[in-house]
Amino acid sequence: MAVCIAVIAKENYPLYIRSTPMESELKFHYMVHTSLDVVDEKISTMGKALVDQRELYLGLLYPTEDYKMFRKLHNSYTDVMCNPFYNPGDRIQSRAFDSMVTSMMIQVC
Amino acid sequence: METAAGGGCGSGPPLLLSEGEQQCYSELFARCAGAASGGAGPGPPEAARVSLGAATAAAGPVADLFRASQLPAETLHQITELCGAKRVGYFGPTQFYVALKLIAAAQSGLPVRIESIKCELPLPRFMMSKNDGEIRFGNPAELHGTKVQIPYLTTEKNSFKRMDDEDKQQEAQSPTMSPLASPPSSPPPYQRVPLSHGYSKLRSGTEQMHPAPYEARQPLVQPEGPSSGGPGAKPLRHQASLIRSFSVERELQDNNSNYPDEPWRITEEQREYYVNQFRSLQPDPSSFISGSVAKNFFTKSKLSIPELSYIWELSDADCDGALTLPEFCAAFHLIVARKNGYPLPEGLPPTLQPEYLQAAFPKPKWDCALFESYSESMSANQQPRDLNRMETSVKDVADFPVPTQDVTGDDKQALKNTINEALPKDVSEDSATPKDSNSLKARPRSRSYSSTSIEEAMKRGEDPPTPPPRPQKTHSRASSLDLNKVFQPTVPATKSGLLPPPPALPPRPCPSQSEQVSETELLPQLNRVPSQAAECSPAKKDVSYSQPPSKPIRRKFRPENQSTENQEPSTAAGGPTSVATVKPHPTVQKQSSKQKKAIQTAIRKNKEANAVLARLNSELQQQLKEVHQERIALENQLEQLRPVTVL
Repeated sequence: MAVCIAVIAKENYPLYIRSTPMESELKFHYMVHTSLDVVDEKISTMGKALVDQRELYLGLLYPTEDYKMFRKLHNSYTDVMCNPFYNPGDRIQSRAFDSMVTSMMIQVC
Repeated sequence: METAAGGGCGSGPPLLLSEGEQQCYSELFARCAGAASGGAGPGPPEAARVSLGAATAAAGPVADLFRASQLPAETLHQITELCGAKRVGYFGPTQFYVALKLIAAAQSGLPVRIESIKCELPLPRFMMSKNDGEIRFGNPAELHGTKVQIPYLTTEKNSFKRMDDEDKQQEAQSPTMSPLASPPSSPPPYQRVPLSHGYSKLRSGTEQMHPAPYEARQPLVQPEGPSSGGPGAKPLRHQASLIRSFSVERELQDNNSNYPDEPWRITEEQREYYVNQFRSLQPDPSSFISGSVAKNFFTKSKLSIPELSYIWELSDADCDGALTLPEFCAAFHLIVARKNGYPLPEGLPPTLQPEYLQAAFPKPKWDCALFESYSESMSANQQPRDLNRMETSVKDVADFPVPTQDVTGDDKQALKNTINEALPKDVSEDSATPKDSNSLKARPRSRSYSSTSIEEAMKRGEDPPTPPPRPQKTHSRASSLDLNKVFQPTVPATKSGLLPPPPALPPRPCPSQSEQVSETELLPQLNRVPSQAAECSPAKKDVSYSQPPSKPIRRKFRPENQSTENQEPSTAAGGPTSVATVKPHPTVQKQSSKQKKAIQTAIRKNKEANAVLARLNSELQQQLKEVHQERIALENQLEQLRPVTVL
């Protein structure tokens, strides 16, 4: 199911992107930006007070099984962040992160 | 004898084996069979087989052996099919020999066919033995290709460790085992086993007694280049102590947990060193080192950031952004291994896991009694795989505490020589270059605990670049160093009770220089400790990665601990202080008169170099202060500019 996984930095450039061979990374990157734009749009229209609810709502739009995936991803991401040798803003080169992502993609595909 | 393999089981093609091949193959077969503790099969046909007992080799070790041959998987499948093992369902001697012959053919570039084995072929090469053979046969090209794989190969079963014997056999009979030689008869292989052991004894005393330490030695030897391949070469003797420590570790671990990954095992000396480093960063051994502190510390090792990042990932098991003591030791060990040329493992080796480290090293204190207990436990728990090896290993371990002192004496002398060689060279370099380059040079030289110094050691074909030479020096100095610590109240005093295991001490000219200089600065001028401390504390940060930024007093000992020459610190410590501390040494060193003599000679030699180093140190510290001031000025400018540029 997860054909592509990307971690986008605050400045909208990818810190990490991995896709199955079918999808080209560029195409997926466009989709990611589009989805982020959707989120931004939702946030901007709803106002600050409703932001959290909006986020949650958006989250439920996705298949619930992705939630597990997202949690794993986020855990791995925090592990990467914990590494003092990691400069925020660098591309994520952690092998452990790679292996986790690969396992996730293989597992669900 | 040559056709015995073919004629015995009768299910394989007729096989012509040379004498060398016969021995090699029978050894390999014995390992594979013994490794799997194969049940007694039908009596093997050849006379050689009779002594080894097992008639079949289990598939597991055989598969490992074949993979070690570095052939692609499909080739190995072809070989397996051709040799008939698939047909009969097991690896009998015939099948095994045919397979080995096919492997040799494949490695020689011949197609995998039955016809290939009819001709004369070199012995099949397997990763473990390859390095041995390469080292001895002086083939550095393959050496480099294989040396990197050693850490992974060490994870293979212990049956491979016996390759060392095989290789020793090969070396012992290298003239006769050339591919073209095919003497009609050969003595049974079992007779050669003692020869190999005897030969290994000749080589370097005790180090080849242990298969594992031999493998550990290989990667250590390799960085030194082919020059270290000669038996009885001086570096080998220096390695012997290191190998001994490795072997003791390995024996213990084999009995306990059967970990074959030699390079990832932390020896006691290394452990000591790591613990001291930890303490320098974080006084409480039971708490954490924060990420930023660890980052600064490990960055000094001059590994690339991605590599450091990866090492951190491996070692920070709980991913909390901080390193506990076992995590820190694991990270340090990985860094050291990486600097010595080992590729980083894919995962944290079992011997570096925090639980393992905590269990194996409950306390940062070690003494010879511990080793003796190891030897006892080892003798009790030796695996019955190889009786010869057991006996030799037990004997070696039992001899471990005793010869260590001899070896350390030898080590000291050798190290002294290397130090003396290094000192004039470094001094001339420093005096020739301008101040800035001097300071720059001094920083990397003194800072890296394993990079430049170990590289220099490697170039000189000295001892293997054992990670932290300092603790080893500490131990090699035996009680003398301990006494020094006893007289001066610092943290290293905790080690005073330790009797040193005999590690190899790579020469550390750079740190020894800076250390000596710093010592000459510090110790003779105890009255000016405050000013010295001020000077030294900034200098220390740069001076030694292995000398963590600690108090000046501690620094006195650290150079003592860390100098390659045990005697250097005592001599560099200045006249009265050193004399006072040196004098008790002989009394304590009654155990090892050799150490005493070595120390005394080293003292004499090192005193000569101290004056030059003292001058050098003063110059360097002056430069360091200047550079620090410049740095502060630049930082101030940066701070002023920063608000302007940040949007």
